[in-house]
Amino acid sequence: MAQLSRRRFLKVSTATLGVTAVASQWQPIWPLANAAQSTTAGSVTTIPTFCEMCFWRCGGIAHLRDGKLWKFEGNPLDPQSMGRLCPRGTGAVGAHYDPDRLRQPLMRVGERGKEAWKPVSWDEALGFIAEKMNKIKAEHGPESMALFNHGFGQRFIQHALKSWGVINYAGSSYAQCRGARDVGFALTIGAGVGSPEPTDIKNTDCLVLIGSHLGENMHNSQVQEFAQAVERKVPVIVVDPRFSVAASKAKYWLPVKPGTDLALLLAWANLLVAEGLYDKAFVEQHGHGFDKFAAEIKGYTVEWAAEQCDVPAELIRASAREFASHRPATVIHPGRRVNWYGDDTQRSRAIALLNGLLGSYGRKGGMFVSQGIKIAPYPLPKYPEPTKPRADGADALQYPFADEGITTSIRDATLSGKPYPIKGWFVYSTNLMQALPNEQATIKAIQQLDLLVVCDTVPSEMAGWADVILPDTTFLERHDELLTGFGRNGWASLRQPVVAAPHDQKPAWWIAKQLAEKLGIGACMPFKDMEEYLSYRVEKSGHSWAQLKTEGVIVAEHKPITVEEGLELKFDTPSGKVEFWSDQLAAKGFDAVPKYTKHPEAPAGHFRLITGRAPGHTFSRTQTNPLLHDLMPENEIWVNAATAARLGLKNRDYVKLKNQDGVVSNRVRVKATQRIREDTVYMVYGFGHTNKMLKTAYLKGASAGGLNTRYATDPIMGATSIHTNFVALVKES
Amino acid sequence: MPRFGMVIDTRKCVGCQDCVVACQTENDVPQGYCRDWIATEVRGSFPSLSMEIRSERCNHCDNPPCVSCCPTGASHVEDFGKVVLVTANKCIGCKACIAACPYDARYVHPDGYVDKCTFCLHRVKQGKDPACVSVCPTHCMHFGDLDDPKSVVSELLRTRKNHTLLPEAGTKPRVFYLT
Repeated sequence: MAQLSRRRFLKVSTATLGVTAVASQWQPIWPLANAAQSTTAGSVTTIPTFCEMCFWRCGGIAHLRDGKLWKFEGNPLDPQSMGRLCPRGTGAVGAHYDPDRLRQPLMRVGERGKEAWKPVSWDEALGFIAEKMNKIKAEHGPESMALFNHGFGQRFIQHALKSWGVINYAGSSYAQCRGARDVGFALTIGAGVGSPEPTDIKNTDCLVLIGSHLGENMHNSQVQEFAQAVERKVPVIVVDPRFSVAASKAKYWLPVKPGTDLALLLAWANLLVAEGLYDKAFVEQHGHGFDKFAAEIKGYTVEWAAEQCDVPAELIRASAREFASHRPATVIHPGRRVNWYGDDTQRSRAIALLNGLLGSYGRKGGMFVSQGIKIAPYPLPKYPEPTKPRADGADALQYPFADEGITTSIRDATLSGKPYPIKGWFVYSTNLMQALPNEQATIKAIQQLDLLVVCDTVPSEMAGWADVILPDTTFLERHDELLTGFGRNGWASLRQPVVAAPHDQKPAWWIAKQLAEKLGIGACMPFKDMEEYLSYRVEKSGHSWAQLKTEGVIVAEHKPITVEEGLELKFDTPSGKVEFWSDQLAAKGFDAVPKYTKHPEAPAGHFRLITGRAPGHTFSRTQTNPLLHDLMPENEIWVNAATAARLGLKNRDYVKLKNQDGVVSNRVRVKATQRIREDTVYMVYGFGHTNKMLKTAYLKGASAGGLNTRYATDPIMGATSIHTNFVALVKES
Repeated sequence: MPRFGMVIDTRKCVGCQDCVVACQTENDVPQGYCRDWIATEVRGSFPSLSMEIRSERCNHCDNPPCVSCCPTGASHVEDFGKVVLVTANKCIGCKACIAACPYDARYVHPDGYVDKCTFCLHRVKQGKDPACVSVCPTHCMHFGDLDDPKSVVSELLRTRKNHTLLPEAGTKPRVFYLT
């Protein structure tokens, strides 16, 4: 969290003023209806739509004053926002007014990566892309065109490309985020965790967070429930090398040495079994292979874990006894961005098994079972039959339990030409330069391409390498697919334009439709516009389109989500039970019960670099948003105060980070703090932009992604690690 | 006549700065400035630590030094709610109030007058909470009449341990922090 002192904010703002003062008049980022202090003046209209500032997809209500976008508030009818947005949602207005956003289609002039562009028409840009794609198809087949996508706008881009024959597509949300968690849970309880996580924090009696920094990751409704839990004085247990905001609310904080979480989890499990604190009835009825599991983890004693994790044994014992005493109303939170060390599926499995030992599945205050909503599909033509296997790893050829496309597998295939050449990338709304490990490998892969298209709202580093850049509208300016969400109730949420795009940006669905026409597959989107598409789906499902446009959300009838409400517990695993022992994993040569492996130590003079989120920013895409920029203009490197003193570093000093492979970051300010272990440094990722078109964010802070040159790949499902690099701090002379 | 105040639960606050952004959009605060902000206070040393996170703003003091020092009367206590306000067109930008305020709650607006938190009086008059209170995802902020013993703010101050900022300054702040 940014430690924003008033003085410091003013210091920053003085610099900003210096710039605007030259122009002799201050410019508000949004147009005023009248003079200052005129907030009651002007006619105000409101339009509901759901947010895309992150992936939580909260329902909001846009307020326009005299036709100009003014503010964005939570929609009280919406289960994700419950009437309140997070700072990024509130700051969504700034995405519309962002001075650095892409304005018109651009085509590369000169060498790739030199960032020299000429503006072109949509017709020319899309015509060029279609021609290149058809050439790739003629020479190599459609499988040689790949898609990287992220966010809700991807729906029709993906649809159009799949209709054309694309079979390789991946989002960094899988192998670079939640994938290992979802596979770990699926192997254990037969279903991934999904989003939003079905954690009944609202009713829990004890919440355990393993590196999950709720409050710094502003997953709106989850944080709202977290605050309620804190108010109810629910014991919170936080495992984190850093004294996170959540740790500051905790009854027990276990500042484990990074990389040792699995040791702690296994010792906790062993303690529950040894002391008989687990839910014997649940395990007997719903557990598979418990005895073998118990025998396997016997060696993981509390004393052993205390040594591995560098936390007192008593703390491990007391915290376990605490959370066990509240079962089944205990949540061991599955986390979200879990790709830390390359053995993350097994760590996630250990978390899933702890929840199993506590019998928290399908229980009030534990993990509930999400319900969905039934909405009729719009009839769309089928995709062509693939003639080649997928090269993106999704059909588990490389990693036996991968069940979605893996970004780095597409990159590997592009580099090696195996199993077949990949010659084109369409990159929608994802900054691969920061999201993927080993930036140089991405750059090398790009050299193999005949076509690189980037479609985004802001000019990311990835856009800097493109042949063609397509400017997407922000979510406030477009329709999208209908959101059908899972949770305590199923719900459907509408995205509709609340304001016109300020320049020549076009919505993703329109781009997909136009490109499909140019590719000669226009029939894949057999509707005039999104009003036609969406109203069909809504009306066909027996809901009122007019009402949805006014209210923004449809909430389905409540169905049982816990045993207390009449839910029948089912586990969709091969045994139909919670798999304490996994025959599936054993059959593929993996550990049937998670085993602890020691991770490498930092070389002398180095610290393990760990990363996380800030409440005011999402990935590397919000740094130029004028409202959010000011909350945190650059990231900081957190260094233990004693370490900083030893290194002669003061708060706010600039340092560069040099990793074990000699990669040096942009300069970043030191935050000397008691809130972190001495062997660990931390920073929020997404900063250190190098695309000059991002004027507001250019070279502010350091990129965590850029330092991720040494990564481990999870052999079970292909996740790539982010906490496996060590850095030295080099003082700026 | 009400006497408005704010009660903020530091236990619930996560310091997300939503209050800061909401204030900026609601009140057209120019970029680079803010009327409210987050302060964090860390005590102890690793690993025995505690932290208080506070959303701070003008304290709308009962004894406001910014009002008594204002040469033009621009800085004044509004009758409605006893809220401390600045009348922009009376302000000459002399900054005496900025020097007098122990909370650093005021700034010079680029248009030349001094600006600060108004408790969103324009919203309050419409029966709404101030923007920061109504947006907060943790529901950690409460707004109401301190003179009404039945108000939520009065009830919270009666039942929960709380403090104000720099009580020794003698300003009698009306923003209270629950601990």
